[in-house]
Amino acid sequence: MGAGHAHKLYRHGHSRVHALPPHTKLTAVFAFVVVVVSTPREAVWAFALYAALLAAVAYVARVPAGFLLKRLLIEIPFVAFAVLMPFVAQGERVEVLGLSLSVSGLWGAWNVLAKGTLGVAASVLLAATTELRELLLGLQRLKLPPLLVQIASFMIRYGDVITDEMRRMRIARESRGFEASGVRHWGVLAKSAGALFIRSYERGERVHLAMISRGYAGSMPVIDEVTASRAQWSYALALPATALCVCLLGWTL
Amino acid sequence: MDPVTEPLSLEVSGLAFAYPDGHQALFGVDFRIARGERVALLGPNGAGKTTLVLHLNGILTGGAGTVTVAGLPVGRQHMAEIRRKVGIVFQDPDDQLFMPTVREDVAFGPAAAGLKGPELERRVDSALARVGMADFKDRPPHHLSFGQRRRVAVATVLAMEPEILVLDEPSSNLDPASRRELADILRSLDVTVLMVTHDLPYALELCPRSLILSDGVIAADGKTVELLCDEELMGRHRLELPFGFDPGSVTMGA
Repeated sequence: MGAGHAHKLYRHGHSRVHALPPHTKLTAVFAFVVVVVSTPREAVWAFALYAALLAAVAYVARVPAGFLLKRLLIEIPFVAFAVLMPFVAQGERVEVLGLSLSVSGLWGAWNVLAKGTLGVAASVLLAATTELRELLLGLQRLKLPPLLVQIASFMIRYGDVITDEMRRMRIARESRGFEASGVRHWGVLAKSAGALFIRSYERGERVHLAMISRGYAGSMPVIDEVTASRAQWSYALALPATALCVCLLGWTL
Repeated sequence: MDPVTEPLSLEVSGLAFAYPDGHQALFGVDFRIARGERVALLGPNGAGKTTLVLHLNGILTGGAGTVTVAGLPVGRQHMAEIRRKVGIVFQDPDDQLFMPTVREDVAFGPAAAGLKGPELERRVDSALARVGMADFKDRPPHHLSFGQRRRVAVATVLAMEPEILVLDEPSSNLDPASRRELADILRSLDVTVLMVTHDLPYALELCPRSLILSDGVIAADGKTVELLCDEELMGRHRLELPFGFDPGSVTMGA
């Protein structure tokens, strides 16, 4: 995780979507998700239109469908429970292929599945067209609490360092003949985790010292000023604006 | 060269310090470093070297004595200025390089001092060029080799245009080629350097003058080659030369 420059979700490219300033993209995705979530679930055609919108964005961003669909698999564990809803929900029931299913449960499952998939697809597109680093700049620009942005940024920087430390500790354990093979060994693993925590904590102190030495006084200096022109904003917001029209139609029709 | 008549980069006088747990690390340290000098600070483990270094930019304070950097006393009222003037390169580059990309890391110090835009970019470029890392600007630090990371760590400090560069064990964990490259870089810089090290040949190679810190006091101050040749002095302060190394037979390039 957190390979900083080349994280796995990112797909290098030079499309217009890639070139948009990160905070416009973040705002657009957030607004899009809000619109999708507030659409009535009975307006099935609206969700088809949303999917078409995302497909259009993917086309402009030159993200291949296969790439997008494979990344979508991540939502499976989250929607697994939606599949259960038709079986366990109460109320009016219908027979489908010999199974007795609840109508409200079916609608509920459809609701979770459709909105969840669209939300995940929008996020996958965002991640595919925006570098992690840029995302952080965007969040900073959107005035997310600076402490949260700093924590996220250190996570990117030190994820690999700590993984590496963990790997070295494992090698050291195994070199002395330790093989975690059962519950009896959990104690050793727990102690390793504790030692890793203390090491990371101490590294945190040393990093803080290095930061103070270079003039850190509580807030990160702004190094990259991200700005967006009116045209860039309107280009990014075209997605949620169109979605909003669809949503309003969904409520009125 | 008489250091006293030159403009001083660093003056430490009567510095004593005890940690809150009562352990006293420094017992009255006095020395002066003139502008442009390269000085090695030698001493066994536990001599108080790190404690001394942390006093130079005011991270540790509260003991007796004073530290003056280019005429400015280290104290609360000039802290930002002092931290810009004293560039400390810590031993582990993973601690020093905490930003996601090399460029942002080098920009951190000057940006904290208020620089922006093209001026900031110019500082970053020149600092990276001075350590020969200009091509690695947009790389994340953890994708660099250890030697490259150490060089970037030096650049992060150079970007602040410090009065004095303080290096903590600069040669540790470097392979011989990276070690030589770093030496070439340090020699090419026109800043005052204080190098804290155990690596005596490295001190001899780079620093004409050395200080020996032992038991919290400056035990010796003189030409590096003379100190290293004084077997009795070296033995008394647990400083040992590598096997087969004879400081008297080395001809100095610098």
